[in-house]
Amino acid sequence: MTSAAARPMVEAQQVCKDFGALRVLKGVTLSVERGQVLVLVGPSGSGKSTFLRCINHLETVTAGRLYVDGSLIGYRERGDKLYEMSPRDAAKQRRDIGMVFQHFNLFPHRTTIDNIIEAPVHVKGVGKAAATDRARDLLNQVGLSDKAEAYPAQLSGGQQQRVAIARALAMDPKLMLFDEPTSALDPELVGEVLAVMKKLAGAGMTMIVVTHEMGFAREVADQLVFMDGGVIVESGAPRDVLSNPQHERTQAFLSKVM
Amino acid sequence: MTVQATSPAGIDAVPLRHPWRWVGATAIIGLVGLFLYGAATNKAYGWPVYRKYLFDHRVSEAAWNTLQLTFWAMLLGLVLGVILAVMRLSPNPILKNVAWVYLWIFRGTPVYVQLVFWGLFPTLYQKIQLGIPFGPTFFHLDLRNLSISFILAIVGLGLNEAAYMAEIIRAGISSVPEGQLEASTALGMSWWMTMRRVVLPQAMRVIIPPTGNELISMLKTTSLVTAVPYTLELYTRTRDISAVIFQPIPLLLVAATWYLAITSVLMVGQYYLEKHFSRGISRTLTGKQLEALAKAQSGAKEGHI
Repeated sequence: MTSAAARPMVEAQQVCKDFGALRVLKGVTLSVERGQVLVLVGPSGSGKSTFLRCINHLETVTAGRLYVDGSLIGYRERGDKLYEMSPRDAAKQRRDIGMVFQHFNLFPHRTTIDNIIEAPVHVKGVGKAAATDRARDLLNQVGLSDKAEAYPAQLSGGQQQRVAIARALAMDPKLMLFDEPTSALDPELVGEVLAVMKKLAGAGMTMIVVTHEMGFAREVADQLVFMDGGVIVESGAPRDVLSNPQHERTQAFLSKVM
Repeated sequence: MTVQATSPAGIDAVPLRHPWRWVGATAIIGLVGLFLYGAATNKAYGWPVYRKYLFDHRVSEAAWNTLQLTFWAMLLGLVLGVILAVMRLSPNPILKNVAWVYLWIFRGTPVYVQLVFWGLFPTLYQKIQLGIPFGPTFFHLDLRNLSISFILAIVGLGLNEAAYMAEIIRAGISSVPEGQLEASTALGMSWWMTMRRVVLPQAMRVIIPPTGNELISMLKTTSLVTAVPYTLELYTRTRDISAVIFQPIPLLLVAATWYLAITSVLMVGQYYLEKHFSRGISRTLTGKQLEALAKAQSGAKEGHI
């Protein structure tokens, strides 16, 4: 076995996910190198969100293996047997994986700054003053330094999503997952969120992004993966896949969204 | 060009009139006036007796006992209710089923029956001992020698209340969107921390109005503890006095006045609690925030001139 540093940040081997009798993921194999951005596209119901949720164990994988930074997600591997992980250990794994949701999911009863310091203070045990300093720094990075005391309901969708990104970053994750981060936004607000994500990618963050923004994929992604029906249909450099799709399902999908 | 110069004159419209509201209000005030006049002149109401006993020390002591019963029973109900609700929603099947059986029993039998049962508790279990079964005893309490009807009344009311509070709290917890749980989980929070820091504070907004109802209802349900029997609370006390002086109506009015007064105070408390827990719910800005925005706006305009 190679050392953890040499392994990719995310490694999926034949990942399957069943919901009851329904198989949603039918053997997804891919890997994301450190500092890479992978964009996941596909029609709704293709399993891309489910795959993303498997990566931080919001869903439990039914078959196959999923590694983040060299460690198996959700299970302990001893010999050839797998042991279910305790909720405490699973929570520990999730701390290093940031997630941004389609509907932001900010805590509505807390101000912007309190949303951001919540997890560092109460999960990681960072001091409140240090966490607040870091939160102000992050708010500055996402361009919202004047909104520290506002409640989420008083912010626009784009502002809320930028706060949500800052909240995820406050845990210093080694991997960021974006689940359709701009799908719930008005068109004129999409740009401000994508700009923050581009900046983040430029700074070397490893990212997996589920999105319909093909312009973002073309510009930022190192790898584009097209999923349909729970399998990867086609993948490669975004320029190649977008301008010269090989598979007819990819062609049909791209002709509808571009 | 300034904005002030171009802005049109404010609208000065004639307000819409509501003549029928005035007619309705006058009619109601007239009817209430007639009723009050009738009540004041009707000797059967016994107003002198009412005045004499309204602040009688036995009555005010009974009111204090009623308040204490309400407070402790509600506190017990609330704490146990939170525990039961969290148990019902927890992923642990043992906790879930224990909570279900508790609710089934305590909601499925009348509170009066439960209070009678608690009154008979010392007959059922004469002694409380702490020790190893069939082994040595460390602690010993003889229930028959204690006057514990006040405690038993609190236990009876509180355990019954817990079952209802559990359902109210469960409804509150269920009202919090699933995305909140996911976001907390994704941040690495444990299930319990998610409950405590994220879900319960948001559930409070839904929990408080029906809990206010329960509290007011509890205040009045304390009149049933005569079943234990505990007789020093407001209703039983005034009834006992009226039985001696043969004047039931004025003393019922005395009790009603006290209940109404206490309920009014509780309603004020509920108003402030609701205000506290509705933080961040409304998009409406506070007066302070609006002022700051207006200031920023006028500042920007001056810059343009």
